[in-house]
Formats: sequence, structure tokens, C-alpha cells
Amino acid sequence: MYLLEMNNIQKSYGSLDVIKDISLKVEEGEIVSIIGPSGSGKSTLLRCATMLETVDKGEIVYLGEKAVWTEETSKGGHAVYAKKRQLKEIQKNYGLVFQNFNLFPHYSVLKNVMDAPVSVQKRDKEEARKTAMELLKKMGLEDKADAYPCQLSGGQCQRVAIARALALNPKILFFDEPTSALDPELTGEVLKVIRSLAELHIAMVIVTHEMAFARDISHRVIFMADGVIVEEGRPEQVFASNNERTQAFLGRYGEMLKH
Amino acid sequence: MEFLMDAALQIMEMLPQLISGMGTSIQIFAVTLIFSLPLGLIVSFGRMSRNPAISFITKAYISIMRGTPLMLQLMMVYFGPYYIFKIRVTNDYRLWATFIAFTINYAAYFAEIYRSGIQSMPAGQYEAAKLLGYNRGQTFFKIILPQVIKRVLPSITNEVISLIKDTSLAFTISVLEMFTIAKQLASAQASMVPFIAAGLFYYIFNLLVALAMEWVEKKFSYYQ
Repeated sequence: MYLLEMNNIQKSYGSLDVIKDISLKVEEGEIVSIIGPSGSGKSTLLRCATMLETVDKGEIVYLGEKAVWTEETSKGGHAVYAKKRQLKEIQKNYGLVFQNFNLFPHYSVLKNVMDAPVSVQKRDKEEARKTAMELLKKMGLEDKADAYPCQLSGGQCQRVAIARALALNPKILFFDEPTSALDPELTGEVLKVIRSLAELHIAMVIVTHEMAFARDISHRVIFMADGVIVEEGRPEQVFASNNERTQAFLGRYGEMLKH
Repeated sequence: MEFLMDAALQIMEMLPQLISGMGTSIQIFAVTLIFSLPLGLIVSFGRMSRNPAISFITKAYISIMRGTPLMLQLMMVYFGPYYIFKIRVTNDYRLWATFIAFTINYAAYFAEIYRSGIQSMPAGQYEAAKLLGYNRGQTFFKIILPQVIKRVLPSITNEVISLIKDTSLAFTISVLEMFTIAKQLASAQASMVPFIAAGLFYYIFNLLVALAMEWVEKKFSYYQ
């Protein structure tokens, strides 16, 4: 059974088709990178997978539980979402790390990480604090537990956001361009942390413009353009592709990839 | 010098009455705040409601409250029960009418302040809360509202300061608050001194409230 199965997803804003019939399957522990030019629908795909956006058509299944399916009608069918309670159950499987972190500015770093486990999952407060501190330590931020997000650098904020998502023990973690809001110096520290998560055997789906990172960390790379998957496969396959569209895109990163 | 001594003596004599007037003014101020601050939040929900009927009604309510003089609203609330419903009101009702009129008027202003604060919150805060599994109530009360309060505090301070001075409007329905008392004493004794005393009271009251609000703002300044 797949951890996540997205089948024939379609999404449009008015007359603009952002996602045209995309299917994506993720196995437990698998690391998938999604690359492609801006506006190709990568972020929208993540937002659909995490239910921040509704799809027009298609099927989304987490561990065999259907979150979304399509009901055929005379007009060609439309997406139907599971009941709110079921969606809430399904939601426990995944977490999302945003491009601009979206930390809660009025909470300390520690509270950002431990509040959802306590308020949402009703875990014991002391235990949640211990887990949160361990996660912060893993992120190299144990000395920042009492600081507020506004006192941190962008890279530190993003590491807190990753700890916050991990605190809820997701089986799959989505990253929506996690380093795009950071300057190159801070990008490295966040990528290093994401790399270290590979040992946790959490599945990760990463939308990124960091090609070298995608190539090194992923089990599978997906190249998207204009709302469709142009090519997917093992990193060395995709990065050595003969496909014209893929080559044109990767060509722009050619210099970087040599290093 | 002699004038000042005289004034001080006069004020001492009038003190019991002045103090009772101050008490009533402070009471109007406190009751209005206690009820209009939460009521304003409820009104702002109505104003932002997706239900067109609710949104229209609250919009009309806010428009009327902000578009007509508070003095007129005060009279409507005070005389309305008698002229419209032929209900005989008691003397106590003066103060109640003041509480009601001030509360519904200030709730309208606060509602618009809350709305501006709530609508200025970035969507990312809601999205992060949703992904972390917070329900709607938790999202609003734990994540959104504390940040909204910080954002709207300067505007709230403005209204609170206006409210102190507006309490003197209760004079129009003869509530025995600071200004009514000062006017009575002034005409009884043919003296300016009661007005000066009233002016001092309003100014000091405002100063204290402004200091208190500054302290509250500072409390919220631990983050940006």
C-alpha cells in the first residue's frame, strides 16, 4: 500500500489549468523532489495534497483512506471530499513546511514546537516539552528555546518550522520551497537539517530549486512543467535526460551542478 | 495667590459632590468598556459573516451608530421606551440608558477596529494552524486573536480616550456624572471653579488611562 496516492488530479483557477491530470505515488520513507520552472504547478500540487486547496477532479488517498474521490456526473465528474472528521484523521499522516515558515510570532520557539502536540494531540505537557527540546537539539537550536521567532534568522526560523512539523510525528512531510526565502548562506544550514531527516525514515516530498540538493537526497525526482509531469525517475536518470524540455530547464542550472 | 487659595477652599467644600460625580463617570466608562469590547468582537464576526442577511444587518447597525450623534442615540434609548412603547421608566433607568447607549455605540466602533485587525492577518497563520490540526476555535483564540489585539491596541487606545470625554454626554439626560455636577455647582455658586475641577478630573483620568494603555502595549511588545 502506498503512503500517498494522488490519481489524475486536475485543478484550474478560472480558465487557467494549473494542474492537468497529475498522478503521484509516494511510498513510506521515500524521498521525492519536485523540480520545474516557476508557475509549473509544483506548489499548487503540494497545497492540494495537504488540502489547503481543493482539487477539481481526481483522487487523493493516504494509506488506503480516501480523502478525495471523483463522482462521475453527466457533466464530466467533480471531486468529492471525505467528511471533516475523516479528513482530520487523515491529516495526522502529513505535515507541511512553508516557504515563509509561518511560525506563530507570539509564541516562543519552544511553544511553537510543543503547543500543537499538547493542544491538538492532548499529549502530556512534560513529555511534549521533552520531545520538543530533543527536536530543537537535533535542529541545533536548543539554546533558542525561549527566544521568539522575530529574534531568529530566516534559517533558524525554518528549522523551528521543521521541528514544529516533526513534533506531530507525521509519516510524510511536504516541503514547499523551504529555502526560497533564505539567502544562500542560510540555505545550507536548512538543507543540512533536511538531509539529516532522511535517517528518520519519514517520507518527504520536496518542491525545490536547489538542484544539487535534489539530486543528492532524492530517491526519485519529478520534473514538472505547465501543469504536467514531464519526466520522473531516479535522480541520475532525470539529470542526464535527453528530453528537450528537461534539458532546457536543467541547462540553466548546469554550472551549479558541476560542483 | 488669593484666588488660588479661594479656589482650593471652594473645591474642598464641593468635594463630596464632585467625588460622587467622578464615581458615576468612572462607572459609565468601566461598564461601557466591559460590555462593548466583547460585543464589538461579536459584531465584527457578523460584519464578516458569509451570510448576506447577517452581514447586511450588522453593516447597517454600524453605519447608524457611526453616522448619528451619540447624544441623539442616548436620548433615543432613554425616551424611546416611553414614547414608542408607553413604558413608564423609573429614575434608575437614566443610568441604565447611558450604559446601553454607550455600549451599543462603542461596540460599533470596536467592531470595525477588530475587523481591520482580523483581516490584516496573513493567510499563512490560518494555514499553519490548519496543518497542525488546530480546530477553528483554537485557531482563532490561540493564534489569531492575540496577534489581532496587539495590532489594534493603538486604535483601541484612541477610542478609550474618546470614551472618557464622551461620558460627559450623559449630562443630556441628567445623569449625575462629573459634568452635570460641575454645571450645577457652577450655576449655584456663580463660579468657574467647578468647571476647572471637572477639567482637571478629565485630564488626569485620561493621563492615567493613556499610561495604562502604554503599559499594555509594552506588554505585547515582546514580539514583532
